[in-house]
Amino acid sequence: MIRLFALLVMLGSPANAEEIVLGLSRDQVAITATFEGSEILLFGAIKREAPIPDKSELGIIVTVAGPDMPVTVRRKDRRFGIWVNTDEVEVDAAPSFYAVATTAPMQDVLRDTEDLRYQITIPRAIRSVGAQVGDSGAFTQALIRIRAGEELYQVLEGAVDLEEETLFRTAIDLPANLTEGEYEAHIFLTRNGRVVDEYVTTIPVQKVGLERWLYNMAHDNAFLYGLMSLSIAIAAGWGASAVFTMLRR
Amino acid sequence: MQIYLPIAEVSVNAFLLLGLGGIVGILSGMFGVGGGFLMTPLLFFIGIPPAVAVATEANQIVASSFSGVLAHLKRKTVDLKMGTVLLIGGLVGSGLGIVLFNYLKALGQVDLLVKLCYVVFLGMIGTLMFIESLNAIRKSKKSGHVSTRRKHNWVHNLPFKMKFRVSGLYISVIPPLLVGVLVGVLAAIMGVGGGFIMVPAMIYLLGMPTKVVVGTSLFQIIFVTAFTTMLHATTNYTVDIVLAVLLLVGGVIGAQIGTRIGVKMKAEQLRILLAIMVLAVCGKLAFDLLVQPTELYSIGTEGHA
Repeated sequence: MIRLFALLVMLGSPANAEEIVLGLSRDQVAITATFEGSEILLFGAIKREAPIPDKSELGIIVTVAGPDMPVTVRRKDRRFGIWVNTDEVEVDAAPSFYAVATTAPMQDVLRDTEDLRYQITIPRAIRSVGAQVGDSGAFTQALIRIRAGEELYQVLEGAVDLEEETLFRTAIDLPANLTEGEYEAHIFLTRNGRVVDEYVTTIPVQKVGLERWLYNMAHDNAFLYGLMSLSIAIAAGWGASAVFTMLRR
Repeated sequence: MQIYLPIAEVSVNAFLLLGLGGIVGILSGMFGVGGGFLMTPLLFFIGIPPAVAVATEANQIVASSFSGVLAHLKRKTVDLKMGTVLLIGGLVGSGLGIVLFNYLKALGQVDLLVKLCYVVFLGMIGTLMFIESLNAIRKSKKSGHVSTRRKHNWVHNLPFKMKFRVSGLYISVIPPLLVGVLVGVLAAIMGVGGGFIMVPAMIYLLGMPTKVVVGTSLFQIIFVTAFTTMLHATTNYTVDIVLAVLLLVGGVIGAQIGTRIGVKMKAEQLRILLAIMVLAVCGKLAFDLLVQPTELYSIGTEGHA
């Protein structure tokens, strides 16, 4: 449906034959024991059959989104002199990571109606339907503020370099506190704020090696994992005691 | 050096964890407390998800308590009989505590309950211990000898009496069993070993000698926390073994050092230090509840995952 619409838009505008070709610096992110975050380089070109249309303004928007998860946002209020959680809003789906990079300020490269349709900016990427409190907007803002503070939500206006209206590149920093899953990268090509082409690719983010093994074991052989944790604890306790007894002699 | 924790899914500094484990381990060895009541809030503070912090801390307490109890066993300062009675109560209590915890979790507000529990119990125990040990120090300075408190209270009039030779007690098994249950319930709710409640209860309620209290408390804590670890590992999958190993390497070494410091100190000094520490943690938690937080909102994913 979106594709069809995009096609119609493309047919209606003078710049119709523009298409994104993309490359990635890495096709997957491996979370190892010493994982400290990662940088993904997204680069590409705009393929054209016709000369560059000079009237309209070209924009590139790159988004990288982690897996969607439901979250509960709680607000504290003063009750009987102490601060307690009073109100809460269930957010149906919020990406665990979301970065949006553009070639220019958002309002110049994206119209609001297009944002609504493609869910590009952060507030649009968060889906919140069932709100029990009147000012649920404040809760969504708080969610964005807290996640932005942890570098999980990033707005990078002007971070996409565009050369000769053809070549583009941008780097997205993935922080160390990353959740596993399929990360989706979307690249939008806009003309006067209208999306004329969209390119989607996925980047799997996975634990590997020891991390993978432990995680799987904790979930698949929970009892064994628990016993292993306990025996390590007891062995360490005994070991330290033995070493110290030897040292004292 | 940053380390990515596979279960907690966060990246933390390995040396920070080793250091935290070491400091808490020293305290644990000195006072016979598992150190969970200090470590769990510290782990929250460095960004470990609360569920993982509580479960992993239980595992770490097993290690430091085991290390500590071995040192005490060598000096014969563990009352195994008393420990077993406390343990039976403790296992019943932690079973009850987990039921209660899950019920409150369904109602929401479990965070608040945990914090209020901390403030109330730490405040009460800390104040009582502080006053008591201050009096004891004053008395011992005046008269030159430590007075032995052997007064008979209601505890001594209950049935099912049993002889606890190491503690030099002949009392009913009911009070130790109840202490065990109470500690077990609180341990499950607060995610701690419960030593900081049990140690004062053993001294003031059961009248056990301070030197025996520490080893016996550690002995009981090992089993209760091992039980809790298994429960968390099999039901919530929240035990992070990498986090546990980092904490316990520091912890077991610290516990050995702490036990040796503890032997060199007078019982009254030991108690007053523990009281000050308990009051400090209590004050910090109470402060957080009373003062307006800078961020009124918080994000929770529990109940979904």
